[in-house]
Amino acid sequence: MVKSQTAAVDVRGLSKHFGEGDTKVIALNNVSIVIGENEFFTLLGPSGCGKTTLLRMIAGFDFQNEGEILLYDENIANLPPFKRPINTVFQNYALFPHMTVSQNIGFGLKMLGKPKPEITARVSEMLKLVQMEELKDRKVSQISGGQQQRVALARALAPQPKVLLLDEPLSALDYKLRKEMQIELKRLQNETGITFIFVTHDQEEALTMSDRIAVMSKGNVLQIGNPREIYDRPADRFVASFIGESNFIVCKVEKKTRGSATACLPDGTSLTVDCPVDLELPQPATIAIRPEHAFISEKPGKNQLAAIIKNIVFLGTDTHVHTQLSDGTAFVVRQQNVIGEKPLQTGQNVGIRIADGAARILKD
Amino acid sequence: MCAVPHAKVALMAISSRGFSVKSQVGFSTIALLCIFALYLPIFTLVVYAFNDTDSMSLWGGFSLRWFKSASHNVAIQDAVLRSFQIAIIAATLATAMGTLAAIATTRTAPYRGLNFKYALINQPLIVPEIVTAVALLIVFARIKVWTGYTGGAYLVAAHTAFCIPFAYLPIRARLEGMDLTLETAAADLYANPWNTFTNITLPLLLPGVIAGYMLAFVVSLDDVVITEFVKSGGQETLPTYMLGQIKKSITPEVNAAATFFLVLSVLAVTAFYFISRKKH
Ligand SMILES: Nc1ncnc2c1ncn2[C@@H]1O[C@H](COP(=O)(O)OP(=O)(O)O)[C@@H](O)[C@H]1O
Ligand SMILES: [Mg+2]
Repeated sequence: MVKSQTAAVDVRGLSKHFGEGDTKVIALNNVSIVIGENEFFTLLGPSGCGKTTLLRMIAGFDFQNEGEILLYDENIANLPPFKRPINTVFQNYALFPHMTVSQNIGFGLKMLGKPKPEITARVSEMLKLVQMEELKDRKVSQISGGQQQRVALARALAPQPKVLLLDEPLSALDYKLRKEMQIELKRLQNETGITFIFVTHDQEEALTMSDRIAVMSKGNVLQIGNPREIYDRPADRFVASFIGESNFIVCKVEKKTRGSATACLPDGTSLTVDCPVDLELPQPATIAIRPEHAFISEKPGKNQLAAIIKNIVFLGTDTHVHTQLSDGTAFVVRQQNVIGEKPLQTGQNVGIRIADGAARILKD
Repeated sequence: MCAVPHAKVALMAISSRGFSVKSQVGFSTIALLCIFALYLPIFTLVVYAFNDTDSMSLWGGFSLRWFKSASHNVAIQDAVLRSFQIAIIAATLATAMGTLAAIATTRTAPYRGLNFKYALINQPLIVPEIVTAVALLIVFARIKVWTGYTGGAYLVAAHTAFCIPFAYLPIRARLEGMDLTLETAAADLYANPWNTFTNITLPLLLPGVIAGYMLAFVVSLDDVVITEFVKSGGQETLPTYMLGQIKKSITPEVNAAATFFLVLSVLAVTAFYFISRKKH
């Protein structure tokens, strides 16, 4: 959901390639994204999908081959980085090693030619915001990685940019610190009201932090939506497997009404499925089912998939039951653990019931 | 006075940072031999500067008379002054050009012909000094005839040219080790290219610049071959003056002048060292 109707960043038909001929790499392929004011917007995708390239175009570190970038309706696509009211938190922080914490934070304001008293006041405000007051006169080489992260944030926020870009800022931190910083980042975004464009390859991080997510693969934007939409209604097979886990079954689509269809599975079971795409009938298609939307019943019944248990993995609150359907397809069921329940056995023949509305036809 | 080999050793020390031979068999023995070979002549030179006799080999008691006579020798005063003037101007020019050349050859994607440019810049390290000296002699002789100008600019120009690689190499080494995202980050924080250079690149480059300046300064200070060929009449530097003296009657006055020169160079280099340490 867009928090406000005003578009902060409007990326239109952006394309970028590196190299020519045999070595040509298409890093961005006709990417269009509208990011609302005050949004926590995440670019999510595997390594090499073009997230950094997109961020670098928005910041102005590199220039597009085609397309425009509007910042509050003004085309900034051809401005140099020092003329864009956008700041970046770099993956390796890129703090200036010859300056103190305070000097780092004040650098942007100094370059903007702000008067000294204003810089001093703003720097101490920032130091307070990221809880680094005590270390303000330290050289940046004399503080820990987590503290450097805070300084990098404060430095980027100090000039009050219209948009803050964060390129995998948490990837260098250990697990506990990363969880803390996730909360910290959300707090900072709320307090400052600045639009955040956050890059990560970690789907869990994206789901917990974002207002909206754009899922990218190989230079394309596959789907844009809030975490719930992306998780519940993945647009295609890539999104369904990259975000969370999914079981994929090949089936034949028999009947189709508006938005839903009847799918005939290889073992003869028929299922009512979500069908967001146009299909010529009858046609083979792939359906996706989340492991937590399937249930194991010990006696196979009507409209249940016959399966055999191959492996059982205990995960604490949940158990992953790895099964094989009669046609050989692997299928995982995630079950919540209940006290006193009779444990399942490997090799057991079971039925798998799919929750209503949980199955979904995907474009390949 | 063997200028280039000394400076070459210093350059090699910079480029092979991190390599240790201390654990090798015979290291201490060889090291001692080298120290002996390097410092015994200097030690002898300094000791005989305090000799009371006219001889450079017979010890006749301690005296400061040669220092007194050297300091009253107008020719020596003149030569020392000229040596330092040339070294300061040439090292400054060479460092400025070396810095620009280093930036131009590192802040660029590799392209065909880049290695050729490295070779061009480092040409004074490759071409034998005597060849350059003769070439300069011929060219400058022509220019002197055309223009009628015979002042010190020829020496400054020649010194600047052969000092450039000594300034360039440590600066380039420093630039290559620099994190490029720092400059990107500065641009992100509203620094235009000039501000990025003065606020980020140059301060981080400073140890390299100081090392380069120091090397260029020392190389210029004790150059003999090129100076000897390029200088006009009466343009002695201390090294060429001393060379001239050795050809005539030789007294410990030369030792005293050399000792004074040695002390000044050591002081200059030490001062640079402390300046560079203070900055980082
Ligand atoms: N400067 C460059 N030169 C050549 N190829 C590049 C350059 N920068 C990025 N690429 C290529 O563009 C693609 C996208 O890279 P990037 O945006 O860094 O991905 P991500 O940040 O999502 O991991 C990759 O295939 C990468 O190899
Ligand atoms: Mg990246």
